[in-house]
Amino acid sequence: MPTPPPLDPVLFLIFAAIAVISAISLVVQTHPISSALSLVGVMGSLAVLYLLLGAEFIAAAQLIVYAGAIMVLFIFVIMLLNAGTEKATNRASFAKWAGIPVFALFIGLMSYLINSRLATGPGVTLGGFTGGGALEIGRSLFTTYLLPFEVTSVLILIAIFGAIVLARKEI
Amino acid sequence: MNFYVITLIKLGLVMAVFMTTLAYLQWVERKVLAHIQLRLGPYRVGPHGLLQPLADVIKLLTKEGFVPKNVNLFFYLLAPFLAVTIALTAIAVIPFGPVIEIAGVTTAMQMTDVPMGILFVLALSSVGVYGVALAGWASNNKYALLGGLRSSAQMISYELPMALALAAPLLMINTLSLREMVEKQSAFYFGFLPSWTIFQAPFPQVISFFIFLIAAFAETNRIPFDLPEAENELVAGFHTEYSSMNFAAFFMAEYANMITVTAIATLLFLGGWHPIWPVELGSWIVPVALFVGAGVISIFHGMQPARPFDRITLPVAGVAFIGIGLLFAIPMLQPYLLPIFWFTAKTGALLFVFIWVRGTLPRFRYDQLMSFAWKFMFPVALVNLLLTALAVTLTTN
Repeated sequence: MPTPPPLDPVLFLIFAAIAVISAISLVVQTHPISSALSLVGVMGSLAVLYLLLGAEFIAAAQLIVYAGAIMVLFIFVIMLLNAGTEKATNRASFAKWAGIPVFALFIGLMSYLINSRLATGPGVTLGGFTGGGALEIGRSLFTTYLLPFEVTSVLILIAIFGAIVLARKEI
Repeated sequence: MNFYVITLIKLGLVMAVFMTTLAYLQWVERKVLAHIQLRLGPYRVGPHGLLQPLADVIKLLTKEGFVPKNVNLFFYLLAPFLAVTIALTAIAVIPFGPVIEIAGVTTAMQMTDVPMGILFVLALSSVGVYGVALAGWASNNKYALLGGLRSSAQMISYELPMALALAAPLLMINTLSLREMVEKQSAFYFGFLPSWTIFQAPFPQVISFFIFLIAAFAETNRIPFDLPEAENELVAGFHTEYSSMNFAAFFMAEYANMITVTAIATLLFLGGWHPIWPVELGSWIVPVALFVGAGVISIFHGMQPARPFDRITLPVAGVAFIGIGLLFAIPMLQPYLLPIFWFTAKTGALLFVFIWVRGTLPRFRYDQLMSFAWKFMFPVALVNLLLTALAVTLTTN
């Protein structure tokens, strides 16, 4: 196994921190554009994390598809609707107070699961995985995972047809 | 440690050359446009307006950076920063020449060779739209907002034919690394015909080259696709509310994007730094002939000056040109200079096409722009991709 470059753990920590902070900001922000851009921050830092773990192709696809295409469409729609700042309702303050115990419960559950199930596995090493290039991804997509891949593409096609049918009714 | 030192030196060199090119590309554009329109263009600052870019930089730096009321300050300031950073990052993966050896150090004429170079550039170009879209939204101005909206719709639409046009030559050369891409185009058919992907068997990529070029015009917001800043309808589009260096950042981003897309077209379709016919058959004579010819013409015009100071400037420029031309004839320097010459010549020719088109074509209407992308470019690129795939499958087995 090749030794990972010395800066990798540092970069991992930096981008993991950016991902978490952007995710929190996504929920906390009241303006839709700020939230959408925080989501772009999450996607971008996730792409860097994929890259550090050796999944180059996934990282590039994450940037091109999610950060590039999908989020630009989100922002396009938000700008087009000229959505303003969200206003807090009565239910929002209830959610704020009920959210704290639920959040604590969720954290506890996740840490229990990670401790009990994942601690015994081999674990992940930075730079340990090398099968993330376009060649390996392409080969496994078109041999081992051919059926799920094709079924997914048909599913997306159906979703596009659905969108067109719904949009035509409006006209 | 060596690695860091070499990287820093390369970083400094590339940045210096790139920034100078950015500034002077604008001078070239103004000059070419002026001559297309039978004008002289910049003429007052320095001989033939050569110091005009410098004057413009000083002007932009010293202007007041005005921030309008009621803008969303954070995004208003973030937008130009994003635009210029993303545009300049792309230059990190573009190779300018082969692996060379200087003073015992072997290094590639490139900042870094990413195995997914072309995907990296695509990712950056798809993220690059945020600068323009955010600028339009954060300015709190209806014209700017319309410009931002147009640009995001336009960039998403033209990214599809662009990616499809890129995929076709990639099928033939079978790599995603920009450096290997160029090396796969180094052969010559019958010893003299270049095997650039635009000429390469089994399926020459002429169609995808032109689709890529058209999409590149749209991605860089250039005429005839400059709807986001259409000045007769939208004042100045997305950068209406920007001044000083914030405005300059958008300007720099546009020119940097232009250089990046032309460099990618050169690498992917035109064989990168490989000469148009083999060096053994004397292709090194091309730069020598070009520069010496330019020098002789300049000296000739200096002998019969149309304006008084041409008597001094033109012969000086002529001697400089002849000197540069003769550098290309020195065998010791050829391995360094020739690849750079060919890369620059091809990229420069494409950049000239960008300027030429700006001086020639009127702007599209918005519905024409969209139907052109979706009803013409996209199907053509798709059919071209399928035909290429068929040709590659039939010939490799």
